[in-house]
Formats: sequence, structure tokens, C-alpha cells
Amino acid sequence: MADEKSDKKKYAKPLPRLDEESRPWWEALKRHELYIQKCRDCGDLRYYPRALCTNCLSSRTEWVRCGGKGKVYTFTATMQNQAPGFRESLPYLMAYVELDEGLKLLTNLVECKPDEVKIGMPVEAVFEDATPEVTLLKFRPAR
Amino acid sequence: MSLSRKTALAGVFEHPARFAPNKSMFQIMAESVRGALDDAGLKIQDVDGVCTTGIGMSGMGVVGFCDYMNLTPNFVDSTSIGGSSFVAHTAHAAAAIAAGLCKVAVVVYGSTAASQRFAIGTGGGGGGSDPCDQYEVPFGPTTVGSYAMMAQRHMHEYGTTSEQLAEIAVTMRLHASMNPAAKYRELITVEDVMASRIISSPLHLLDCCIISDGGGALVVTSAERARDLKKKPAYILGCAETVRHPARGRRDFMEMAASQSGPLAFERAGVTPGDIDMAMIYDSFTITVLMTLENLGFCKRGEGGAFVGGGRLRYDGALPTNTDGGGLSSNHPGMRGIFLVIEAVKQLRGECGPRQVKDCALALCHGTGGTLGIRHSGATLILSNQ
Repeated sequence: MADEKSDKKKYAKPLPRLDEESRPWWEALKRHELYIQKCRDCGDLRYYPRALCTNCLSSRTEWVRCGGKGKVYTFTATMQNQAPGFRESLPYLMAYVELDEGLKLLTNLVECKPDEVKIGMPVEAVFEDATPEVTLLKFRPAR
Repeated sequence: MSLSRKTALAGVFEHPARFAPNKSMFQIMAESVRGALDDAGLKIQDVDGVCTTGIGMSGMGVVGFCDYMNLTPNFVDSTSIGGSSFVAHTAHAAAAIAAGLCKVAVVVYGSTAASQRFAIGTGGGGGGSDPCDQYEVPFGPTTVGSYAMMAQRHMHEYGTTSEQLAEIAVTMRLHASMNPAAKYRELITVEDVMASRIISSPLHLLDCCIISDGGGALVVTSAERARDLKKKPAYILGCAETVRHPARGRRDFMEMAASQSGPLAFERAGVTPGDIDMAMIYDSFTITVLMTLENLGFCKRGEGGAFVGGGRLRYDGALPTNTDGGGLSSNHPGMRGIFLVIEAVKQLRGECGPRQVKDCALALCHGTGGTLGIRHSGATLILSNQ
């Protein structure tokens, strides 16, 4: 019985494969904070995190705190996905959110129903602790 | 240096199989190569270039296939940029032949996607082990979901409707009804598409390509040699390829790879969209066709919804598109780029029977590979029978 209970708690969806380059991103999310990369030389903001600025190839990077507010750029309600973890949570909302800082990122919308979502709708970050090690950045309608 | 009219497609073959649980991927590929060489009037000993990739194939699959065929070519290419790969392979083979790297190249694809029950559009976490994947796979990005997000945005920006997208599926099915090899041949209506279940909003089941087994092959050689062979050559006039991705978080997602590869290919071919007699546009989903036509410059951005209506894409319309029935109705064994080129060549030769486009002299193929809403490739090829 104890085994069955712990199986139920097991997180079935794919988890990110962290690496040294991405660790600061994921560690910030674990603290429920959102940081994005900015080039110290040319000031270009970038997502997803990477070691070099794609504009000037500089390795000098700073992590800047981001407010976690944005708007829905586009979305879809997924009704069919055979992958473990997702097939049990249909329908789910996948979206691009455009942060106020101007970056678009792929995410899930939570705490709302598919027919409540509109493109342009203001949303805010929620930090979903998927496992003790990994926290995912999702968004919900702004309050 | 211009490639225009230096090389040609001398042979094509579409494998008739739509469900082949008794055949291996390499067998389908080998039978396709045999068919294309027969079509050209060439022998296996003439082949000194091999281009292939596949969804069921390992990274070194091209070497494995050379082993299967006992070939030791002077040119190999296994560019793997999704379903568009074979359009790009055709261009690469043409460039290799024009540069003297090889003389007769085969481009080949085979897959048993249907009999192995690959969940191509709606399976997996939607990613592999590349560094970028960790920011996507946790959110469940299916292939159809990625295209669906683009359809949703297109509807928002331009007022495109589901009924307009459905017109594309209806037209492809009409074409399939005239293609004896097509997997689905019963006519459908806009209402049928609208009544089919939603797979990923706003895309319905009938907005999505089918899954089949299948394969095909092309023979590319110099224009000079092609003129001495069995069939009328389809000359390669222009080609181009590129990729689109989220662009460090700044992409305008309504702009596709086709907006770069299209104009480049037109310029290299010395023709304009208005000159094209028929188009083969990768139809993974209805939205792919609509957005590709806009991005290639057949209509303005945002006008695709109106453009695809009124029978314009029918075999007897102003821009006959996917006259074989496309991936939406004829076949889609995981990757479809090769069939774009096969049907275009058959149309240029006048071999298409009831679905033949009248006076067809100039054809365009555009392959879209990968996921339109995350990362995709685009490859454009312009062919002529003159």
C-alpha cells in the first residue's frame, strides 16, 4: 500500500535535463524567483539561457530579476497526447507568454479553463514545484 | 554561379504502400530506388550519390542504407531538418552534380510509421536531449500543439477562421479522390472538418495529416544527361533553405522560414509567384499550407484565409496545390518532403491523369520540417519542364 501511495505521488511528465549552463535558471525557479540573462556588453536580453550573447558573442552575462508579468501571445488546449503524465492531465493549456520585458517563452497556463483564455490576456508567473529538485515556470491569469 | 537548369530530375517513384507491416524501412527505400531508376532508365551501377534521412533511422542511417544497397557513392548527404529534408537533399544533390562531386544522385525515403504505430503528432514529450529541449519538454509540446498555437495566433491577428482552414482539407481530399494510391479518397465537406474532434485547439482531426507507411525516391543528374534518358527532364531552376526558431525569445511567429527561402529560390530561378503553374506545399496541418502560401509571397500576410477559398487551390483552380491529395489525405509516413517533388515532376511531365493540371510548365515545392511554433526548417525548390 505504501508503494502504491508513493507511485501516485511520482511526477510522470518529462523533467528538464539540467546542465551547468542552465543551472542558475533552474536554481532561481526553485527559490520561486525569475531571472533572465542580459549581456553585460551590448545589453541584449535573451531566453532561453545560454553561455554567449547571440548578438555580440560576449560571454559576460548578468542575470536580471524579472517581474513575472506578461500577456498570452498564443495558446492551445491540447486534447490528445499519449505521453505519460500528459495523457492523464488532458486537456492542458500550452502557451507562449510574452513577458513585459519583451521575451516570449513556452509554458503552461494554469488555474484557468480553456474557454477562459484569450490572446492578450494579462498573466503572472506561478512556480510549480514538480519535484524537490525541479520547479517549473507556469502562468495564471493576473490577479 | 547559378544552378539554374544545370541539373534535372530524371526519375521519380512513389512507393504504392500505405500500410506495409511486412516490409522494413530499407526494403521500402530500396524498392523506391529501383522504381526511380527504372523511371529514368538508369542502373544501380550509375548511382554515385545517395541522400537520405528518416524518422526511424539512426544518425548514420545513410551509411546503413548504402550497406543494404551495396553502394559506395562519391557523395552522401543525410541533412536531417524534418519533413523538408528531401527537398533540401534535392538541392544539395543538384549543387553536388553541378560542382562535379557526383553524376547521378538518388534521394530516397522510406518509413513504416503507420504499421509501427508511431504517435508522430501527438506523442512523446516533444523533444530530445538538445540543450534547448529542457525549456520545452516539461510543458507537453506535441507537434500538432505547436502548429495549433500558430493557427490560434493567425486567427487572432488576421481573423482567419476554422472554416477557411477546413477548405484546404476539403480540397486535398478532392485531389486524393482522383489519386488511386491515396489512403483516404472519400470526399469531405467543410462541415465534416468542423464536426471532427479537436486534437489541439483550434485544429480538428481533419486539419491534421494522416499517418501512413510509404516511401519514394528521386534521381537527380545533369540536365545534359537527363535529356538523353527515358523521361522528359524536370529542370531545377532555383532552390533555397533556412530555419526559424524562437530567436532568443523575440520571434514574430507569423514569419516562417518560407519568407526567406521562397524569395531566394524565386530570385535564383528568375521567376515570380505569379508565374507558378502548380504548388506542392507541405501540409502537415491545414495552417501550414495557409501560412506557407503567405510567406512564399503568393498572397500578403493575413490574406491566406481568403486566398485558399473559392477553389483556388483545386487542380483546375488558379494555383493548383497538392494535387496528389497531400499529407492530409494521400500519405504521410512521418516525413513527406519527397512526395512534394515526385508529384511536381509528374505534373510537369503530364502524367497525372484526371488530376493533371493544364499546361503545367513551372512547379514550386516547399517543405516545412519540424514544429512551426518552436523550431522549423523550410526548403523551396522550383522546377520546370523547359
